[in-house]
Amino acid sequence: MSFDYDKYLRPGKLPHIWCPGCGHGIVMKGLIRAIDTLGLEKDNTAIVSGIGCASRLPGYLDFCTLHTAHGRAAAFATGVKMAKPEMNVILVGGDGDGTAIGGNHFIHACRRNIDMTYIIMNNNIYGMTGGQFSPCTPTGALASTTVYGNPDPAFDVAKLAIGAGATFVARGTAYHATQIDKLIVEAVQHKGFSVVEILDDCPTTYGRRNKYKSVIEMMNRLKDVAVPVKAAEKMTAEQLQGKILTGVLHKEERPHYTDEYAKVIARASK
Amino acid sequence: MAKKVAFLQGNEAAAQGALYAGCSFFGGYPITPSTEVAEVLSIELPKVGGKFIQMEDEIGAMAAIIGASLTGAKVLTSTSGPGLSLKQELIGYACIAETPAVIYNVMRGGPSTGMPTGPSQSDVMCAKWGTHGDHAAICLVPASVQEIFEETVRAFNLAEKYRMPVMIMPDEIGAHMRERIVIPEPGELEVINRTAPSVPPAEYKPYDTKFGDVPPLAAFGSGYRFHVTGLNKAEDGFPTTKAALVQAEEERQIRKVDANIDDIVTFEEYLLDDCEVAVVAFGSTSRSARFAVNEARKAGIKAGMFRIKTFWPFPDKQISALATKVKAIITPEMNLGMCTGEVKRCSAGNAPVSGIFRVDGEPINPTQILEKIKEVM
Repeated sequence: MSFDYDKYLRPGKLPHIWCPGCGHGIVMKGLIRAIDTLGLEKDNTAIVSGIGCASRLPGYLDFCTLHTAHGRAAAFATGVKMAKPEMNVILVGGDGDGTAIGGNHFIHACRRNIDMTYIIMNNNIYGMTGGQFSPCTPTGALASTTVYGNPDPAFDVAKLAIGAGATFVARGTAYHATQIDKLIVEAVQHKGFSVVEILDDCPTTYGRRNKYKSVIEMMNRLKDVAVPVKAAEKMTAEQLQGKILTGVLHKEERPHYTDEYAKVIARASK
Repeated sequence: MAKKVAFLQGNEAAAQGALYAGCSFFGGYPITPSTEVAEVLSIELPKVGGKFIQMEDEIGAMAAIIGASLTGAKVLTSTSGPGLSLKQELIGYACIAETPAVIYNVMRGGPSTGMPTGPSQSDVMCAKWGTHGDHAAICLVPASVQEIFEETVRAFNLAEKYRMPVMIMPDEIGAHMRERIVIPEPGELEVINRTAPSVPPAEYKPYDTKFGDVPPLAAFGSGYRFHVTGLNKAEDGFPTTKAALVQAEEERQIRKVDANIDDIVTFEEYLLDDCEVAVVAFGSTSRSARFAVNEARKAGIKAGMFRIKTFWPFPDKQISALATKVKAIITPEMNLGMCTGEVKRCSAGNAPVSGIFRVDGEPINPTQILEKIKEVM
């Protein structure tokens, strides 16, 4: 039994722009499976992105798709959701787009707890522009603008989202493909702003420069560093050294924005 | 029937004009001297089921209104100089994605923070040249509270009709002045809504030139699925780098305005029939100019005024004709020669053009203009 991805893909828009070995396609397939599981109506679902390799994703999908400007996906999407709260709004993008130039919109979407799902494909680099370091590039790593090693500390995207007020935060990896759709399903079902960070790989601009011999080696790294939150509970601090927690990291119930604004309308109309 | 009369501030009139036009979404960020627009709409929009959102920054406000516009809402943001600079990124996006949006910008001193509470007319070039790339621009420059109301309605009409961002830019004097205003009855002013697609969803293309230079725009969530991008796009909305398509698309976007200049450009001709010295003015400065022209007439000087109401597209044809009729042109403005340069370009040497420039936060007074009229005659 094979899953029919074609019914969600726009005819004639493939091949995609992504390099061989890039994990973005794995994430896209996970998103498609999640949408299928959720039964989201195509006409009533907007997929919004910023700029970068990951942000090209909406163009391939047969929904209401909005490819915005660099970093601005969350702000455009906020306008869509506020104006039409009945629409499902899903954001996709990369780590540079979402946490550097789009950082302000990102944290405020978290704070408002507006009912949208943001999938951040974190490949630790600006891929489209040729491999400059991003806020998610590890300290010491090599990028085209850090040839002596990256002096910057990196963001923990999930912690950033939790700190800013997102009410559902999860993390997966491009290696753990079947977990991706499960996390997205739960994120979309959650009422409020949900963030799903997917640790991804960029063999072309990050892997080669940082001495990964192959895509397989990059994927194996994702496999090795990922520790499910449940498993982590039984591990010592020493055992968790260098590991990254995956799964649902944070979940809370809090009033979400368009519901709260509906109350404003009710109060104003009295 | 008695007319509904009110005593309103310019910014309040803008908010009322937006509601009259059917604005249902406002995204903004606080900035002097335009904040009252946001304050009024935060109160009034939810009363009619509309949406008000104060975004995290000026860029976010511009982004939110474009997103809302794509769901079919009529949208507004308000700002002032520094905010206009920030919004330029996404004003360009609204241009290339051909999304209706109204930007209400109150002109204060600049560059940068400048003089936040002082009047200025120095954003007029930013309205046309602020965002990168070739694009058309529409910019209205009202001169009274009444006109701010009416021109806000017209700004919405033009945005919807031509599927593009439209700017309305009073100076700080107009925005903060309180005046008597007659509120038009519903139906008294024309209200235009964007053209919805006439084809079924399967045949819909968001930039289908089969329907002319301004293709119908569907709304997200209305059964039409389409792609919107800030990249150069083909008729189906998807990115293209095909030279012929990109060239044609860019030229069409300019043509939307260029081929409809007579529909867009508005102006007032005051005592120009026998005029020998014409004052070309706009915004609050035109009020001083009118006073000065009247005083000059009393002194036997054949003075008149051409008042610019639509700054972009610039009234080239009218100014060119004016320059062949009069002996001299005077251009008072609260900047260092932005309008003057355009007037000189249009007059092409047929009439000498003398500017009066102030950037000290003070309005240009009638005496200054009268003295210049006497000086050139």
